[in-house]
Amino acid sequence: MEILVILVPLALMLGGAGLVAFLWSLRSGQYDDLDGAAWRAIADDEPPQEAPVKR
Amino acid sequence: MRVTRDFSHYVRDAGGGVQHIDLAVEGVHCAGCMAKIEGGLSAIPDVTLARVNLTDRRVALEWKAGTLDPGSFIDRLEELGYKAYPFETESAEAAEVAESRFLLRCLGVAAFATMNVMMLSIPVWSGNASDMLPEQRDFFHWLSALIALPAAAYAGQPFFRSAWRALSAKTTNMDVPISIGVILALGMSVVETIHHAEHAYFDAAIMLLTFLLVGRFLDQNMRRRTRAVAGNLAALKAETAAKFIGPDEISQVPVAAINPGDIVLLRPGERCAVDGTVIEGRSEIDQSLITGETLYVTAEQGTPVYAGSMNISGTLRVRVSAASEATLLAEITRLLDNALAARSHYMRLADRASRLYAPVVHATALLTILGWVIAGASWHDAIVTGVAVLIITCPCALGLAIPTVQTVASGAMFKAGVLLNAGDAIERLAEADHVIFDKTGTLTLPELEVMNAADIPADIFELAGRLALSSHHPVAAAVALAAGAKSPMVGAVEESGQGVRATVDGVELRLGRPSFCGAEMLVGGAALDPEASIVAFSKGPAQFILSVRQGLRPDAQAVIAALKARNIGIEILSGDREPAVKAAADALGIPEWRAGVTPADKIARIEELKQRGAKVLMVGDGMNDAPSLAAAHVSMSPISAAHLSQATADLVFLGRPLAPVVAAIDAARKALHLMRQNLWLAIGYNVLAVPVAISGVVTPLIAAAAMSGSSILVMLNSLRARSASREIV
Repeated sequence: MEILVILVPLALMLGGAGLVAFLWSLRSGQYDDLDGAAWRAIADDEPPQEAPVKR
Repeated sequence: MRVTRDFSHYVRDAGGGVQHIDLAVEGVHCAGCMAKIEGGLSAIPDVTLARVNLTDRRVALEWKAGTLDPGSFIDRLEELGYKAYPFETESAEAAEVAESRFLLRCLGVAAFATMNVMMLSIPVWSGNASDMLPEQRDFFHWLSALIALPAAAYAGQPFFRSAWRALSAKTTNMDVPISIGVILALGMSVVETIHHAEHAYFDAAIMLLTFLLVGRFLDQNMRRRTRAVAGNLAALKAETAAKFIGPDEISQVPVAAINPGDIVLLRPGERCAVDGTVIEGRSEIDQSLITGETLYVTAEQGTPVYAGSMNISGTLRVRVSAASEATLLAEITRLLDNALAARSHYMRLADRASRLYAPVVHATALLTILGWVIAGASWHDAIVTGVAVLIITCPCALGLAIPTVQTVASGAMFKAGVLLNAGDAIERLAEADHVIFDKTGTLTLPELEVMNAADIPADIFELAGRLALSSHHPVAAAVALAAGAKSPMVGAVEESGQGVRATVDGVELRLGRPSFCGAEMLVGGAALDPEASIVAFSKGPAQFILSVRQGLRPDAQAVIAALKARNIGIEILSGDREPAVKAAADALGIPEWRAGVTPADKIARIEELKQRGAKVLMVGDGMNDAPSLAAAHVSMSPISAAHLSQATADLVFLGRPLAPVVAAIDAARKALHLMRQNLWLAIGYNVLAVPVAISGVVTPLIAAAAMSGSSILVMLNSLRARSASREIV
């Protein structure tokens, strides 16, 4: 059962990473426009100011 | 006179030499619109950000400070085919958004903790049956405590705060038993873990919080959406006024930027956006939104005018006064304050349920402890069993029973065009058994309509419509709208107070007062509606008369019939004159009506009905209705209502039809039925689970399974409120 020493912290770290990711996404306003995000995902091209073309 | 537009009130500094404005945009509903608007706006040089929010129907714009005029964005959107208006976030909406985010953050924390505690609990549950060492079990319990305690302290805040508020006010609400249950479960689990016991309830406590937060968040999110829509509608009304910034120079500024003492210009056909006194000019004004009276009032120097009045014929200069200076407004404000103070403190269904529920559950837990002690168990075992009773009865399903139905029902109402202003409006609306309608603007449409369009040859009507485009008079605007006229006539001349004339192919066309068109004979001969305004149209020697008035809402008759079929009492209380009210009442088949009613009389009538035990739904739009909207059991306003009324009403409905009134009543009744059903489901579950808990055989596994099972059952039942608004009339 020594494997617990690795598995338990690992599980907690993964869970914690998930929580941090969620809080970050909330803070950066990703839940502000859920309808729009659904459409943006399938839009052909991004509006120019968001994807500046670099050559 | 030079006119400029000034939107500087809405522009804010976003830092780094960048300015920011939010615009509410009409008609955005797909990805195409989004790409078109964002592309079109970011093509303007110096624009640094153009982002559409499709959920709230708004555009956020940023540009380099000092390079662009915000008005140009509105013009650009106009070219793209969208109507846009600058938008200012109300403090109420900002608070809803902040609350919504806070709940989502709590939900995220609680859900994270639940998943991780469950991951630790399942080995313990299965290990208890097989070969887990006591040391390993203790280790897992301590880990659970490490996750659950801080998470519950954070995510439980909405419940703890609300429970504390209720206790401070010496009442209880649903959050009191929730908070007690969670705190006791966690406290007992810590004690048990210290004593190396077999069972700990960290999982049950944190799962309870997660489920309840789902309900809270959904409820809050629906409210936030409603606020956003209401905010957009307010912005789309574009309340601006023409303010004098020089002796001969005016600027179109938002109402929020106007101060008492400013002088504004009120042109014919404009709705006044401020309260004030006329200092120059002479005109007729339509005060129906203020008093319900449809007859025009003469305004001249010294006449007070109120926000919402429509200027009909002449141009007026108005000095803006502070709201309290106007006498009519002061009287209405006084009545409104009284009515709000007297507004019966309605106790929500959830609070009534918890008031019965909490003492019963807490007494049961106490009796369980005493019972086990008397039966010879140790104090420790007795207390553990008592706390298990509290955990198993912790009102998870009970806490979800009402918010979930509320969310689904308000979503259904939203689709039917009804916005909720008050959280408990659904419950109160479901109880309404008597409806009082205001006439002007509620049973009738706020806009003017041509009543006899069918009697006039189509080509003549079209000509009249095109000629009407050249006039600012509201009656002319109604004619133009009814005729669907698009292209104004070249060389049309407006004669102030008389009408418009133009010459087409050598034939003179005139539209205006009957005397202006030589049509007095026609007016004298016809039997006409006393409420209608008559305009005449002449094409050379041929003359026609048009009768223009506020028409009834298209489905008013059907709605009244539908209300009668639901056994709801109906009456009209109007501030308008008797013939006008009688005509409307007769047309709709409403036997009970009163005309010329003052705001105080309306309240008196509502009080009288209350004495008889009726639950009154007041539907009104005028400023004179605001006190009675507050006095009634529940109230509704059309979106065209005066500000004060809209803010006072519990529900607001959109659009021309009156059908949302019936749809809202139906949806509310169905929702109340489902709420009650959910409460019974939750109580039934408790009746089954409590004996098991009292007998002391409950394990954390049973508690967790029972809790999630009952919660899911209640949520599924709530979804049945979705179909509530389908069949209306």
